Amino acid sequence: MNKCLTYVATALMLIGWSPAYAAVNIFTCVPEWASLANELGGDKVSLYQASTALQNPHRIEARPSLVARMRSADLAICTGAELEVGWLPILLQTAGNKKVQPGQPGFIFASELVDRLEIPTRLDRAEGDVHPAGNPHVHLDPHNIAKIATAVTQRLAKLDPANAAYYETRGSDFQARWQQAIAIWEKEAVSLKGMRIVPYHKDTVYLIKWLGLVGVMNIEPKPGIPPSAGHLSEIVGRLQGGAADAITRSAYQDPKAPDWLSEKTGLQVVELPYTVGGTAAAKDLFGLFDDTIARLKKAKK
Amino acid sequence: MFRKSILAVAIATAFAIPASAFAADDAEIGKIREEIKELKDGYETRIRQLEQRLEKTEQGAGTAKPAAPAQSAPASANAFNPAISLILGGQFNNLQRDPGTYQIGGFIPGGDEIGPGGRSFNLGESELIVTANVDPYFSGVFIAAITPENEVEVEEAYVQNIGSIPGATLKFGRFLSGFGYLNEIHAHFWDFVDAPLAHQAFFGGQLKEEGIQARWLAPTPVFLEFGLETGRGENFPGSERNKNGVNSGMIFAHVGDDVGISNSYRFGASYRVTYAQDRSYDDLDSLGNTVTDAFTGDSKMWGVDFVWKWAPNGNRVERNFKFQAEYLRRKEDGDLAFDTAVVSRQAAAGTSGTYRSSQSGWYMQGVYQFMPRWRVGLRYEELNSGNTDIGLVNSGALTAADFPRLAENDPKRTTAMIDFSPSEFSRFRLQLARDEARFNEADNQVFLQYIMSLGAHGAHKF
Repeated sequence: MNKCLTYVATALMLIGWSPAYAAVNIFTCVPEWASLANELGGDKVSLYQASTALQNPHRIEARPSLVARMRSADLAICTGAELEVGWLPILLQTAGNKKVQPGQPGFIFASELVDRLEIPTRLDRAEGDVHPAGNPHVHLDPHNIAKIATAVTQRLAKLDPANAAYYETRGSDFQARWQQAIAIWEKEAVSLKGMRIVPYHKDTVYLIKWLGLVGVMNIEPKPGIPPSAGHLSEIVGRLQGGAADAITRSAYQDPKAPDWLSEKTGLQVVELPYTVGGTAAAKDLFGLFDDTIARLKKAKK
Repeated sequence: MFRKSILAVAIATAFAIPASAFAADDAEIGKIREEIKELKDGYETRIRQLEQRLEKTEQGAGTAKPAAPAQSAPASANAFNPAISLILGGQFNNLQRDPGTYQIGGFIPGGDEIGPGGRSFNLGESELIVTANVDPYFSGVFIAAITPENEVEVEEAYVQNIGSIPGATLKFGRFLSGFGYLNEIHAHFWDFVDAPLAHQAFFGGQLKEEGIQARWLAPTPVFLEFGLETGRGENFPGSERNKNGVNSGMIFAHVGDDVGISNSYRFGASYRVTYAQDRSYDDLDSLGNTVTDAFTGDSKMWGVDFVWKWAPNGNRVERNFKFQAEYLRRKEDGDLAFDTAVVSRQAAAGTSGTYRSSQSGWYMQGVYQFMPRWRVGLRYEELNSGNTDIGLVNSGALTAADFPRLAENDPKRTTAMIDFSPSEFSRFRLQLARDEARFNEADNQVFLQYIMSLGAHGAHKF
């Protein structure tokens, strides 16, 4: 029996083992880091993206396929601040990969590289699914992406010193294009300043701060708790008399509650990509912000 | 910072000017100095004004708290405290039949988690979970259950090493055995109040091992895992043996993958061998005496398990479905002693003969979350006691009526549940079951259960 198992294992290994020609295998928890790693690593890295823009990043299933991909990763880029706390620990515990444990060079928690907003002063689950390290949705401020990109570039150079020069060049090229893009976005979004939005979840606070929008309230009564009918009708009352300009919903969120609210209040629902792949136009990080601003501007008119 | 650099510029200028204006007289220098001072004062006033404006803007931002620096130093040594969580649970049971008479007919009983529990309100086990890294090499997990009888049980207490050999995880201590799918999962994550009949009959609830478990994950894009487990094997169906070495061995393998973006599965197979020494249980002999019988011999078990999960676009927040099934088969081969305490007046009391059984059981269940917070589930299960071969009966020393618990039986149970989870951390469940585990007697059961989790956010296994 044991012998038989060994044969099976060997055979499967030979079939399934795709010796990656790329130097660095990167496991990314969420689409924004996959897109960033693609910008910075080019063809020297091989990418795996664990979730899509249509999946709630808090609630990804710790699927066997993810464990298998984590097993062979040289670098894992996740958001941290407990965004992936419901599933990432399982992957790290069962993949048997020492390289991608927190604290190792092969592991990046992107949110730890930037200043986080909404760090709670009172830690209590009565406030819903609060994150002790602050709001984890840091990627919606492009200045944060720039900081994280610098760290990823350094890490790539460290993990794959043979291609360090390649990563440096690619990194500074990206930074240049990114700063240019930020300047354009900030100019374009001037008219959005003060726009009052009602997001479903607190996943746009960095966008709100960056563009000077005003987050009036959230549709969720508390983070991670779906709105009840009672709560929704209460919101309708609070939104009477032009208290907001638009309702926003990220691609992965259920449209039911936002649509219902829209019907009752006459406010438009703006579907935001939230991350790369959330809308057809949000093909990469550049597209993500292009489309987010375009959609908000369209609603503002 | 600005002020400093201006000062620096001012000083530098003050030094540079006399050098360049070599021929300038004292009056001129004084004038220049005054101008610089004016310039400096002007800048300082403007900076102060700017700072005040910035402060005002920040305050005006209102609800948004100022961002704390990314690197905040931990306040004290308490920052090293492990992650702690506590599970509170309990249920209200309404049972048609007296739970004191509960038995899974046709199966030698063992373990202490057989049956539906008591009637009325029942406090469940309160579980305390403590986890942390030990050092760069090991992490530790401790799970204690405080039983409603006010006893503390160590459910799991193990140390784990990850990846010293690429793909390998090593666990040692006391842990839930990796046999099948459900056995490894803690009761508070179960989709039904109780364990399947097969787990109750073959493991006495949940199989715990005191020993070592090694797993190795193949470096393939498809999930392919192999595992070995060995230990003291003192829990049912094994027994304490007061012997050096080990008393149980197990191998298992899992394969899993995604099918498209919406589906994923895991398939597993396990085989475990253990030995039972004087594993005793009570029965009623043909004369009506309560006698203690005991089995000594090999207990071999194999099982296959399958889990399939679906969620539209892989987003399980609104709707998702989980199908789960396991088949277990146990063969026991050895001796069965009759009336070891010799309380019966039968001639065969205190003697033993051969015993051979081959028994099986399976369950399958589906759980569907049809809207956020709400799930419904259905489980159907069967056991087959098989033909038990008892030497003392074959030889005519005793009759089958002396072993009523081992009579042929095909237990069945159908269970339906609906649960509501106000948040990720709380759950209420209503479960209805028709339990036909006893001989020729059905028990209609109603359970109302709550499960609450406090503290550190737990991660869910697939």
